[in-house]
Amino acid sequence: MTILQFILWSVLKVAVVTVVMLLAVAYTVLLERKLVGRIQNRWGPSRVGPFGLLQPLVDGAKSFLKEDIIPTGVYRPLYLIAPILALGCALISIGVVPFGVPVSIAGSPPLFQIANVNIGLLVILAVTSIGVYGIALAGWSSNSKYSLLGALRSSAQLVSYELALGLSLVGVVLRAGSLNLRVIVEQQATQGMLTWNIFGGGQIFAFFIYLMAAYAETNRSPFDLPEAESELTGGYHTEYSSMKFAMFFMAEYANMITVGCVATLLFFGGWTSPFGDLIPPFENVFFDAGLSLFWFVLKVFAFLFLYVWVRGTLPRFRYDQLMNFGWRWLMPLAILNIVATSLWLAYR
Amino acid sequence: MHLILFIVFAGFCLAGAINLLLQSHPINSALSLIVVMVSLAVLYLLLGAEFLAAAQVIVYAGAIMVLFTFVIMLLNASREERTLGSRAALRVGFPAVVAILAIIATVILHTQGLGVARLSDGITSTEELSAVLFTKLLLPFEVTSVLILIAILGAVALAGHDERERTGGK
Repeated sequence: MTILQFILWSVLKVAVVTVVMLLAVAYTVLLERKLVGRIQNRWGPSRVGPFGLLQPLVDGAKSFLKEDIIPTGVYRPLYLIAPILALGCALISIGVVPFGVPVSIAGSPPLFQIANVNIGLLVILAVTSIGVYGIALAGWSSNSKYSLLGALRSSAQLVSYELALGLSLVGVVLRAGSLNLRVIVEQQATQGMLTWNIFGGGQIFAFFIYLMAAYAETNRSPFDLPEAESELTGGYHTEYSSMKFAMFFMAEYANMITVGCVATLLFFGGWTSPFGDLIPPFENVFFDAGLSLFWFVLKVFAFLFLYVWVRGTLPRFRYDQLMNFGWRWLMPLAILNIVATSLWLAYR
Repeated sequence: MHLILFIVFAGFCLAGAINLLLQSHPINSALSLIVVMVSLAVLYLLLGAEFLAAAQVIVYAGAIMVLFTFVIMLLNASREERTLGSRAALRVGFPAVVAILAIIATVILHTQGLGVARLSDGITSTEELSAVLFTKLLLPFEVTSVLILIAILGAVALAGHDERERTGGK
């Protein structure tokens, strides 16, 4: 494969994944509004198109066409960079996520993944840790007390929970002996559901620690203090309007999807079937690829559903509770999980 | 390909470093430092040190610099002021730095048997790195971790000391 072909394939893959990701983000918003509506015994969006299915497109058009207001007191360069940084980091991390079996057509590099990186897991962690700046700079450059308070809360929360998040993944990495996401999935796919890291792998505690830390990382309920509406009017994006506000909004939902993807890959066998070899694989490449894509999307969808369900049911934490929970419970538990997993692996 | 990337990111790195010195607002300087660190991570990657590159971004650009910006935001540090001291530091500082760098470079260039680093496709995998770290370099590795532990305990002790004074020695 020449370098020109490689570049063309890469551009194609990036374009397709970006479009799919942005559509997924738009429809996750609709999913949330619909589900929260049903939880609160109302309909949610139902006017635009059948079942309100065109609502995200109309919302997008609205954000584009609204007047773009920049308040007078802001520090302009950073105020303008912050939403780009937030959305950019949220979209980049999907680049190392594998969506399905490595198939290739007509001498192409493996489809269903933009880049197969040796240190895929670390890349995701690194990109998310850069994403903090989008929020921190947005709050500071807005020059408003609500924004600054929201940004400070958010950065403190992100820095605290990043530790528990990173440590909870070490058990999985120890079991797989690799940071490559494909290797991690293939290692747990031998017997279907029985060997998934969450069941056969004994990483069930790690999974729950990861899930809680990830909810805090994405600023989602019950840890949504950075944008607690009743106290901060909107948190770090109080002073943003139109498309710039929409970019923060999209970044949040893109991060949710990434968290769902990582949880699926690390704990739930990625794109592999839960029934293992009980269902023999089709001999057709397209059916196998489609089936793997189906399982992956189904699992990620389940995580998004859980996100909305949790938001619809749980009240918000108090700030000191949040910090205590992160440092005194999640982090020690994550360290215990590492020790236990290491002992088990050494004993085996 | 490697050479082009090296030149581009070395350029970013230098531009960030110069911008860091020229900016008068602390938050701009902090952001320039982040640019420097991220482009350094790319240079590590070009040299085949993938784990080091990721660790550089996660630890330095992601965690430590967040604390920097945090402090700048909390203290609401404004533009720097030129005083007699800072002017003197400007006059003496640059020649001094150049002299020290020249000495270090001369010593390194004249030392024999240091091994070479070159831009390459070969990548030192994380397994190889950890194998060396936990066998050949075990003692320095553990000593460093103890050093960091001492620093953590010191920080906790200092913070606790302040707390006791404020609450009246409870």
